[in-house]
Amino acid sequence: MAHGPKPGFTRWLYTTNHKDIGSMYLWFSFAMFLLGGCMALVIRAELFQPGLQIVQPDFFNQMTTMHGLIMVFGAVMPAFVGLANWMVPMMIGAPDMALPRMNNWSFWILPFAFAMLASTLFMEGGAPNFGWTFYAPLSTEYAPPSVTFFIFAIHIMGASSIMGAINIVATILNMRAPGMTLMKMPLFVWTWLITAYLLIAVMPVLAGVVTMMLMDIHFGTSFFSAAGGGDPVLFQHVFWFFGHPEVYIMILPAFGIVSAIIPTFARKPLFGYSSMVYATASIAFLSFIVWAHHMFTVGMPIAGELFFMYATMLIAVPTGVKVFNWVTTMFRGSMTFETPMLFSIAFVILFTLGGFSGLMLAIAPADFQYHDTYFVVAHFHYVLVPGAIFSITAGVYYWLPKWTGNMYNETMGKVHFWMAFVGLNVTFFPMHFVGLAGMPRRIPDYALQFADFNQIASVGAFLFGAAQIVFLFNVIRTVKGGKKATDEVWENPEGLEWSVPSPAPYHTFSTPPVVR
Amino acid sequence: MSLSANAKTTAKLLTLAVGMLGFALFIMPPLYDAFCEITGLNGKTGGRYEAVPAAVDTERTVKVQFVASHNENMPWEFKPDTVEIRVHPGEAVDTVFHARNPTDRDMIGQAIPSLVPFKAASYFHKTECFCFNQQALAAGESAELGLRFIVDPDLPAGVNTITLSYTLFDVTERIAKQANNKNTDSEREG
Repeated sequence: MAHGPKPGFTRWLYTTNHKDIGSMYLWFSFAMFLLGGCMALVIRAELFQPGLQIVQPDFFNQMTTMHGLIMVFGAVMPAFVGLANWMVPMMIGAPDMALPRMNNWSFWILPFAFAMLASTLFMEGGAPNFGWTFYAPLSTEYAPPSVTFFIFAIHIMGASSIMGAINIVATILNMRAPGMTLMKMPLFVWTWLITAYLLIAVMPVLAGVVTMMLMDIHFGTSFFSAAGGGDPVLFQHVFWFFGHPEVYIMILPAFGIVSAIIPTFARKPLFGYSSMVYATASIAFLSFIVWAHHMFTVGMPIAGELFFMYATMLIAVPTGVKVFNWVTTMFRGSMTFETPMLFSIAFVILFTLGGFSGLMLAIAPADFQYHDTYFVVAHFHYVLVPGAIFSITAGVYYWLPKWTGNMYNETMGKVHFWMAFVGLNVTFFPMHFVGLAGMPRRIPDYALQFADFNQIASVGAFLFGAAQIVFLFNVIRTVKGGKKATDEVWENPEGLEWSVPSPAPYHTFSTPPVVR
Repeated sequence: MSLSANAKTTAKLLTLAVGMLGFALFIMPPLYDAFCEITGLNGKTGGRYEAVPAAVDTERTVKVQFVASHNENMPWEFKPDTVEIRVHPGEAVDTVFHARNPTDRDMIGQAIPSLVPFKAASYFHKTECFCFNQQALAAGESAELGLRFIVDPDLPAGVNTITLSYTLFDVTERIAKQANNKNTDSEREG
């Protein structure tokens, strides 16, 4: 039954092929990345100068809200699912995902969810304007009417994530080639297995919290309404019970990608493989018991503040294990600096930086000063942009020759890297300073003394945006043609995915490979 | 590899997902309420208290302060009769709040208590309180709202001042909506 893809558009509609679905996820996520990026540029353009120049405050709030939602749920998460679709079966020697039809379904409901979410921009009263964290009662009593569409969009993307996660777990647990024991799996597979469990555990909680909002808004319940005996603080607890594991959902697969790339270009095996696995598992476990560090200022007993403070700081231990392992892998390796490696090294350095500002925020008494300032914005952009986005980019450059059979343009890749690296730091580094100086987040206008740093940040943002156009151009060129890639692509890379021809045939491992 | 292995895994994971949804919807809110009730978190005070005979601790005096505010959409006038009372733990004390509906429509209000310090919340007992019920005031009507409370003699030492705050909410529409929902429900059943 060796046959290729169906011709025509229906190939994409009806496909159950993990490679097709992976590609669709990746393209979809890139489209959402550009859309969310444009919103970020509206924000940065408005903040170029103090005062109101371009947009009104309400629209500004819609932009910050939609930027956050689209980047988290539309760009980062689908990109990781796309990479998992492409790579997990090839890495474990499986012919396809375990549940191919559900795979198709879990992708194809996403465009509808985001079409619905984006359509709220054109509705009466505007799009959701209550921040991506949609705290009640801002998102219930004071919300624009479009909030109902937002709720259903979240329901659909939650269903999509859960189906995707179930599929990945089933694939990893049941479809491994003979001899591929759990502790022989590449780290990308391991991190995704753990991420998938996190998704299955917390996406229903997100669905639950928006359902409670829906009930409060339309059916007269009072989960979050003090007037009816509810409590808005309950919202924050339920939301962050989802929200904190969610931030690890966006970073654990990144750890896996970087753990695949660094050994290849350092030409040394990964240092401390099993400690990496255990560190990932510990981070996942800890993510469930630290949620209230997002709400230190909400009013908590001192015992609570202390517990969440220490538990949060504890996360630095397994994360530090990982960082030291990556550094040790590079130590005395014969390193070369191709584009995927550049992005991975930047990941290690900048993610560590973001981790350190996270430690600062974890100190409960200090957090009262930093809470809701640009320092927080700087922190989470430092962990998400060089963390999630850079690792995805690195992964795309690393595996693109395997997917397309062509080498990408290395010079253009390096140009992309340096533009993105400089742009990112110019954008987000000054935010630390304005944050510490007291500039609150989510404001369209600001006090004059923050003007210089904000101008610098805005310039950096446009540079970072331009870098992504170079990326898009490079990828399209590589898909269309270019220097042929060898089957191995890199010098002695580890993993089953390099044992199949480049480009990877439509069906791989129809007969299971032999794992040493 | 077999279909049944995948089906089994899927079934288990689906159960986990549905379980977590149930956890978020049906367990977390009551758990949070219970947690607040035990710890006094968020200053939630308990419901109606059955007075038990207890010795009045005349040695100790505690200041009880009253704060009355209303939600921004609530036009009623609302204030405590006395701003501060000195009480002995164990004695039952009566006080009143004044409320007036200055608008030209009939409205229903609901007062929500909150108490600081949080650790005193479970030692402040209300035997009667207007906050146990909704208050309906016709247009222009005013009312005296009664409160009878006992400060528990076991109140932790070091707590000398208790501040009880009431926020008044307009629940007219909420009540109407609930009544509507009930009507449609009964129509559906009938």
